[in-house]
Amino acid sequence: MSLSAAAQEYATRHRLRAWEALPWAAGLAVFLLFPNHLAFGTQVLITILFALSLDLVLGYAGIVTLGHAAFFGAGAYTVGMLAAHGGWSEPLSGLAAAALVAGVLGLASGWIVLRTHGLTLLMLTLCTMVLLEQAANMGAAWTGGFDGMPGLEFRPLLGRFEFDVLYFRTQYLYALAVLLAGFLLVRVLVHSSFGRSLTGIRENSLRMHAIGAPVRARQVLAYAISAALAGVAGGLFTQANGFVNLAVLGLDRAAGVLIILILGGYGRLYGAFVGALVYLLLEHTLSKAYPTAWQLGLGLTLVLVALYARNGILGLAAGLRRRRGAR
Amino acid sequence: MDLASILLGGLASGMVLFVVSVGLSVTMGLMGFVNLAHGGFAMLGGYVLVLAMRHWGLPFFAALALAFVAVVALAVLLEKTLYARLYRATELDQVLFTIGLVFVMIAAITLAIGPETQVVVLPAWLRGQTDLGFLSYRTYSLALIAFGTALVLALWLGFERTRIGAQIRAAVDNRRMAESLGVDVGRLFTLTFALGSGLAAVGGGLGAEILGLDPQYPLRYLAYFLIVVALGGLGRVSGVFFAALAIGVLDFVLKFSFPQGGTMFIYALTLAFLLARPQGLFGKRA
Repeated sequence: MSLSAAAQEYATRHRLRAWEALPWAAGLAVFLLFPNHLAFGTQVLITILFALSLDLVLGYAGIVTLGHAAFFGAGAYTVGMLAAHGGWSEPLSGLAAAALVAGVLGLASGWIVLRTHGLTLLMLTLCTMVLLEQAANMGAAWTGGFDGMPGLEFRPLLGRFEFDVLYFRTQYLYALAVLLAGFLLVRVLVHSSFGRSLTGIRENSLRMHAIGAPVRARQVLAYAISAALAGVAGGLFTQANGFVNLAVLGLDRAAGVLIILILGGYGRLYGAFVGALVYLLLEHTLSKAYPTAWQLGLGLTLVLVALYARNGILGLAAGLRRRRGAR
Repeated sequence: MDLASILLGGLASGMVLFVVSVGLSVTMGLMGFVNLAHGGFAMLGGYVLVLAMRHWGLPFFAALALAFVAVVALAVLLEKTLYARLYRATELDQVLFTIGLVFVMIAAITLAIGPETQVVVLPAWLRGQTDLGFLSYRTYSLALIAFGTALVLALWLGFERTRIGAQIRAAVDNRRMAESLGVDVGRLFTLTFALGSGLAAVGGGLGAEILGLDPQYPLRYLAYFLIVVALGGLGRVSGVFFAALAIGVLDFVLKFSFPQGGTMFIYALTLAFLLARPQGLFGKRA
């Protein structure tokens, strides 16, 4: 690639391209073509939003966290507890509350744990999550403890559209709309000067310090925004499924979303989409029939990805395209 | 239960934590390699012990030695073929690789042996109670404390009084300087990685009676091992020792006085402590 072509790409990469309408068209097509699989589709959409929130901290800000499910869980439990104890079952304001609680939690914990880096940071993010998990387990009077809160009911969306327990029609479109909003937010963020400074911190934080960027403030802010988005994904999870339990907070979920993002390709926005779709399709078809073989395959895939395909599926695809273009 | 019994029980589990975690601390201190699969080596050690005793009728300590040897061999193999390729990789790649390795270990054990909890049969002279004069306590826990103390002394001597120990200390403190002085850090790493994994296997075998042994072991105790290493300070044997004892005793006391989620306090305390001292108990300031 010549220098001017590189500069050209750099100057125009924030513009919307025609193919970027594809995922959303596909999302609507699924709604029309596969009315019996919308429950699964809803889970995919929620997972994409969760993975997208992780992409902001991991892919753009370069913060490696093992505890991102803490914020997913905080959002999920906020919505669940408001509905179960406060009788606050209006969906949209519930999501706003989830975003607020998870965001504040992200701000507070980010302000604390982002002073450290490396192993200590990794461990503190894990600690934060386990701490929340234990709290949710202990406060059984509020959180339902180990069993969680089953059978939650929510008021119709916008006062008109009932949640559809059997076919998930409302939930699917609702999740698609929330995902679109979340995606636009992240897309605008990463192409803004704020997002560029995050990428700079990821690549070389020392230099960013040297040119006067407020490194830690940027990281904490990115962490908090990402936490709020993860909280929205968690809130959606509770509303769509009508229950919440300890599984929303566990290491399994945190590792799962990390794997999804890496599998799809991090730091590229659409990695979350590809990764969540591929991972959940595979899990859906394989894990129930062969749970152990699934885990074995997942482990081997991770090892191979770490050794050979560090940029995930989208990275592989981009590499192929470049090779073909060079020929 | 009186104070002395609680203290002894906590010390015994602290010793197990120490034996498992010490290798992790040294390898992380040497190479900065984030090895989340360390608990997996401990689990494999436990399984070798249990299976060798059950199927080949090996006595307890012979099986324990076999566990050490087998895991050391596996660790060297993995280090040479896979780990070595990721030394210069980003932390994220190391995290992914080692989590993947944990999954492979869990699945392999579940497939080959089954998901159920394994029981370790202790030799007769380690069962029952021993009268210490002022109280009588479980013989096995006392033996663990004695073994852990002997091990920490041996490791301390090895680190402080041998040439290799001095090289390791130098490399932990300043790797580039040590390399410039002709220390082969790569070889040191292979050595400490193999020994550390072997010790983890011994810890897994010895601790199976206290911590339990099933395929989920490496994930269940991951946070504990990491906490011990981070609290102790990377590459500090004495730090890991005191951190492991503190966590062991604290965990025992808290679980005893608040059965409902006493562990929460450990995580909270760890968070608070590492904020005040990010480099751990004895770590150097970054």
